[in-house]
Amino acid sequence: MIFEDEPVPGYPLPILPGHTSPGRLERVLRAGVFAVTAELAPPDSADPEDVYRRARVFDGYVDAINATDGSGANCHMSSLAVCALLTRVGYAPVMQISCRDRNRIAIQGDILGGAAMGVCNMLCLTGDGVQVGDHPQAKPVFDLDCISLLSIARTLRDEHHFESGRKITFAPRVFLGAAENPSVPPYEWRAQRLAKKVAAGAQLIQTQYCYDMVLLKDFMRRVEELGLIGQAFILIGVGPLRSAKAAEWMRTHVPGMHIPDAIIKRLAGADDQAREGRNICIELIQECRSILGVSGVHVMAYRQEESVAEAIDRSGVLAGRVPWFPERDRSQPVNRVMQ
Amino acid sequence: MYAVRLWSTRHARGLELFYRRFESLLVRLHGIASAIGYARLERPVAGVERAVKGFLFDCQMCGQCVLSSTGMSCPMNCPKNLRNGPCGGVRGDGRCEIKPDMRCVWVEAYHGSQRIAGGLQAMQALQHAVDRRLQGSSSWLRVAREKATVAERSEP
Repeated sequence: MIFEDEPVPGYPLPILPGHTSPGRLERVLRAGVFAVTAELAPPDSADPEDVYRRARVFDGYVDAINATDGSGANCHMSSLAVCALLTRVGYAPVMQISCRDRNRIAIQGDILGGAAMGVCNMLCLTGDGVQVGDHPQAKPVFDLDCISLLSIARTLRDEHHFESGRKITFAPRVFLGAAENPSVPPYEWRAQRLAKKVAAGAQLIQTQYCYDMVLLKDFMRRVEELGLIGQAFILIGVGPLRSAKAAEWMRTHVPGMHIPDAIIKRLAGADDQAREGRNICIELIQECRSILGVSGVHVMAYRQEESVAEAIDRSGVLAGRVPWFPERDRSQPVNRVMQ
Repeated sequence: MYAVRLWSTRHARGLELFYRRFESLLVRLHGIASAIGYARLERPVAGVERAVKGFLFDCQMCGQCVLSSTGMSCPMNCPKNLRNGPCGGVRGDGRCEIKPDMRCVWVEAYHGSQRIAGGLQAMQALQHAVDRRLQGSSSWLRVAREKATVAERSEP
């Protein structure tokens, strides 16, 4: 998708009426096309090339790249730094902000810093507990929760002041997001919680992995009843499962992960389990597309990032569209004037 | 105590009614409290509040009580201190991601809220970030003083 008013791809776009950010993800979503985002696992390294290598595998298949913030409470390169590196070459990152490791002073500083570095999308999360990660001895902060974080971020953007009331001179122009998990209790209240997030300022929702389409459809029906469709863009979390054993491990160890028995049985019965996992992922992507109110998918393929391009390609959800990437418009041969 | 805490959410309706009456009583006592001085009352009242609410709700004395918006389930018992609803890590059986021996504070809150008239609506209210300076102070006195002051101002 090429925007006519995009003089230098990768640079901030003019902010259209009704938009809040100069970013491409907001443009794509508001244009009404089915969007694809993917999750990048920040490296355990200080080498920027490690970040670029991880981003390149998504080239041409995703509209934005999420940089996780110490996901699973494990220590990695910071989300802010990953996003800043990505914006240098023009990618559209989604900066994940977790409340686990920083208090409101640090977080508000990061929102300003991220926006100054060209980050247009920020996802406000509570974060996993420290006990699941590699530093269970760390102090969990949780000064804010995801919803108070959302309203603080919105205040910075729309009312131009910190939580303390102190004014800022230039507001962060960001598209605000939040997460939701339709697959865990209290099921009936999950859509209400989404309504609360929208009321606090969420414009984009990326869900946890959804492998149970019955729960997802039920959730989306409630979302529709609450009149939330159109108020926030909802991207459903999907991802390939490597094997029945891996799926079993994930559902017992990863917080908030719900995988129905039928899926594990199907994986276990396949000759090539990894391939079957990718097939399931493609089917889920296609099914998500048919659900009313779903604006796209968010692909989380931890340690299988190279399979994302194929899954998106085979699912056909991009419908021939090639999302922007650094080399896209340069890959055509340059026509030189010969003398 | 955990068992009492669960009992309290099961009896959220009665407790919430009692709480509402108790609050109006406190507001009526504003004149006496002002005469004695709120600062002088702070320590003894906070002590009683800690004992009563500690027993009933495992209260953590955050100083800005929201029990009537959380089905009488204290959100400060959530290991993540969530005050606006459950996280996405709740286990399939409704237990906490971090403390598997404990039922999710917000699953309890959802059940408690259904027992209170207007409880589910109250749960939709956006709770602002906690003011950590109020930790340990009496929520009762603060609410009583605030409500009484508002009432005084609105009188002709």
